[in-house]
Amino acid sequence: MSEQAADNILELTNLTKRFGGLVAVDNVSLHIKRGEVFALIGPNGAGKTTLFNNVTGLFQPTSGRVVFDGRFDGRDITGSKPHQVARWGIARTFQNIRLFDYMSCLDNVRVGRHVRMKAKVWDSLFKLPRERREEERVSEEAMELLRFVGIGKQANQYARNLPYGQQRRLEIARALATDPKLLLLDEPAAGFTPQEKVELMQLVKKILGRGITVFLIEHDMKVVMGISERIVVLDHGEKIAEGSPDEVRKDVRVIEAYLGKSA
Amino acid sequence: MSRAVFTRFHLRERIRDRDAAVYGILLIAALLFPIIDIYATGGTADVSQATRAGYFVLLAIGLNVVVGFAGLLDLGYAAFFAIGAYTYALLASPQLASSPAHHAVHINFWILIFVSMFAAGAAGAILGFPTLRLRGDYLAIVTLGFGEIVPQLFYNFDQWTGGINAVGIIDQPHLPFWIQGPWSGDGPFQIVSNFNFNGDPLAFYVLIVILIGIAVVLVSNLYRSRLGRAWMAIREDEVAAAAMGINTVTTKLLAFGIGASFSGFAGAFYAADVSLVSPDNFLFIVSITVLVMVVLGGMGNISGVIIGALVLYFLVFYLIPGLPENAKNLANSVGLGSLNSKSGDWPGLAEEIGRLNFIIYGAILVGMMLLRPQGILPSRVREQELKHAAVQEEEAVVELTHAS
Repeated sequence: MSEQAADNILELTNLTKRFGGLVAVDNVSLHIKRGEVFALIGPNGAGKTTLFNNVTGLFQPTSGRVVFDGRFDGRDITGSKPHQVARWGIARTFQNIRLFDYMSCLDNVRVGRHVRMKAKVWDSLFKLPRERREEERVSEEAMELLRFVGIGKQANQYARNLPYGQQRRLEIARALATDPKLLLLDEPAAGFTPQEKVELMQLVKKILGRGITVFLIEHDMKVVMGISERIVVLDHGEKIAEGSPDEVRKDVRVIEAYLGKSA
Repeated sequence: MSRAVFTRFHLRERIRDRDAAVYGILLIAALLFPIIDIYATGGTADVSQATRAGYFVLLAIGLNVVVGFAGLLDLGYAAFFAIGAYTYALLASPQLASSPAHHAVHINFWILIFVSMFAAGAAGAILGFPTLRLRGDYLAIVTLGFGEIVPQLFYNFDQWTGGINAVGIIDQPHLPFWIQGPWSGDGPFQIVSNFNFNGDPLAFYVLIVILIGIAVVLVSNLYRSRLGRAWMAIREDEVAAAAMGINTVTTKLLAFGIGASFSGFAGAFYAADVSLVSPDNFLFIVSITVLVMVVLGGMGNISGVIIGALVLYFLVFYLIPGLPENAKNLANSVGLGSLNSKSGDWPGLAEEIGRLNFIIYGAILVGMMLLRPQGILPSRVREQELKHAAVQEEEAVVELTHAS
C-alpha cells in the first residue's frame, strides 16, 4: 500500500451504476484525501446523488469498488448496508431534507448517536445505572452538537416546526452525531440566502476543524469555489474534469456541460 | 448544566405530568374498585370482569409497541395470544396424557408464564424475519394470514390440542403465601401459606393489576431509550434511520418480538384464569378489538392505550350485551311495557335491541372516531400529525377554490 493511498479517506474505482438501460454513474474513479473539502458538481441529472447513494449503501453499485479509510489498508465497503456504512464512519445528509419530523430536535440528534451507544434491550427495559449514565451523556453530547450548528435553543421543538435553514443545520448535527470520519453533504446550501450561505461555509470550516473530511454536492458556485480544495465534475454520469477550483473553472468541457456547446 | 437543559423541556414534562395523573387515577381506581364493588354488590362477578379487561389491557400495551411505536400494522395479534395460552394450557393440564405423548405435564405457573412469553416472542420473530422487509399494507396482510392460520392449527392438531373440544382443567397458580380477610368471604384476617388461586377472582384481579403495573414500567422504559427512539425513527423515515446506523431489520424484529411476548404473557394468564382454552377464543375479532383499543385510546401513548382498552372492554363486554335487558326494564318503568311483548313482526324490545347489537357498536365506534380521531388520550405526535394534516387539507381546499 502506497503512502498516498493511506492518505485517502475514500477511494472509488471504476464505479458504475445502471438502472436498466440508463447509466446513472459511468465508470467513475476518484479519491478523497483525509481532511480536505471535496466537491462534486455537475448539471441536474448528472448522477451526483446516485453516486452518494452508492457510497452510503442505499444502492448497490453495478460494478466497481468503494474503499473507505486507506489508513488500515482500506476497507472494501462496496455493496454494504446503509447501517454498516454509518457504523464504519460515513454520515450523510439528504438533498430533500429527511428528518424525523415528529421527534424533537434533541431526539433527532440522539438517534444519530444510536450507532455509538451500547445499551441493550435489557439495560433499557430495567433502566440499569449504566443505561441511565449513557442516556445522560448522550443527551449532553446531543445538546452540544445542536449548539455547535447553532440551534441549541430549538432542542425541544419538533423537527418539522423548524424553519428551513435550521432544518438543514439539524440534519448536519444528526449526521455529526454518528461520529463520522467522512461527512457527505448533499446540496447543503440549496435554497439558502447569501447570508445563510456564508454561515454554512463557516460551519463547514468548523466541521473540518473537528478532523472530519467533507464531501459535498453543491450547485452554488460561490460556495463550491469558496470552500472546496478539489472538485470533480460529473456530466451524464461521467467524470469530465477534476482539479482545483481554478482549474475546473477554466476547463472547456465543464463550460460546455453547463452552458452548452458554442455553435 | 444538564439540569438547566432538562428544565426547559416543557413539552416532555407536560406529557409526563399528564401521564402521572392518569396513572395515579388508574391505580387508585384499581385499588378501590374491588372493595366498593364487593361491598355494593356482595359478589365478585364484576371483579372477574375487571380481570378479563386486564388481559385486554396487557394485549393493548403489547400491540402498542408494534403499531404505535414502530408503526408496523399487525392484524394477527391474537395468534400470539393463542400461542401463549396454549403453551400454558398444554404444559399445565392433563391434556398431554391423551395425546401421542401419553404423559401429562404439570409445570409451575411462574415458570410457564415466562415460557409462554418466550414462545410467543419466538413466534413473532419467526414470522417477522421473512416478512418485515414488507411495508405497510403488505405486512398487514401477512399478519392477517398468520392470525387466521394459528387458530386453524390448534383446531387441526387435535391429537395434541383436543381441537374443537378445547383444553380444560388447566392448573391454577400457587403462591407461597397470601393474605386473606373478610373480602375473601371467610371471616378473619389471616395469612395463608401455600395458597392455591383456585379460581379466586380477587386473587386473579390482584395479580393482573400487579402485572399491568410491571408492564407499564417496562414499556415506558423502552419508550424512552435507545431502542424506543430507533422505533420512532423507523416509523418517521426508514431510509434516514438506516443512514443513521440503525439496523432496521433487527429493530423492527425486536418490536415484533417484544409485542408478541406481551401477548404470550397475557395468554398464559388467561389460560390459568379461565381454565379452558379453545381455538375459538383467538379469532380475528380479538385482533381487531385490540387494535381498535390501541387506536381509540391514542396510538403510541401507553396511558391512552390503557384507557382505550378499558373503555372498549366496558363497551363490548358489558354495556352492549346488557342493553336488551336494560332497555326492557327501562320500557317497563316508563310505562311502555307493551313494547316488550311480541306482536306480529315486532319481536319485543329486548330481542330487537339484541339484533341491533353490532349496529349500535359500530355507530359508537364511528361516533368516537369522528369526535376524537386522535384517540382519547393521544400522544403529542399523533395530535400534531392530525393537526398538520387538517391544515394541509384546508390549504388544498383554499387553493382549489382560488383556482376555479
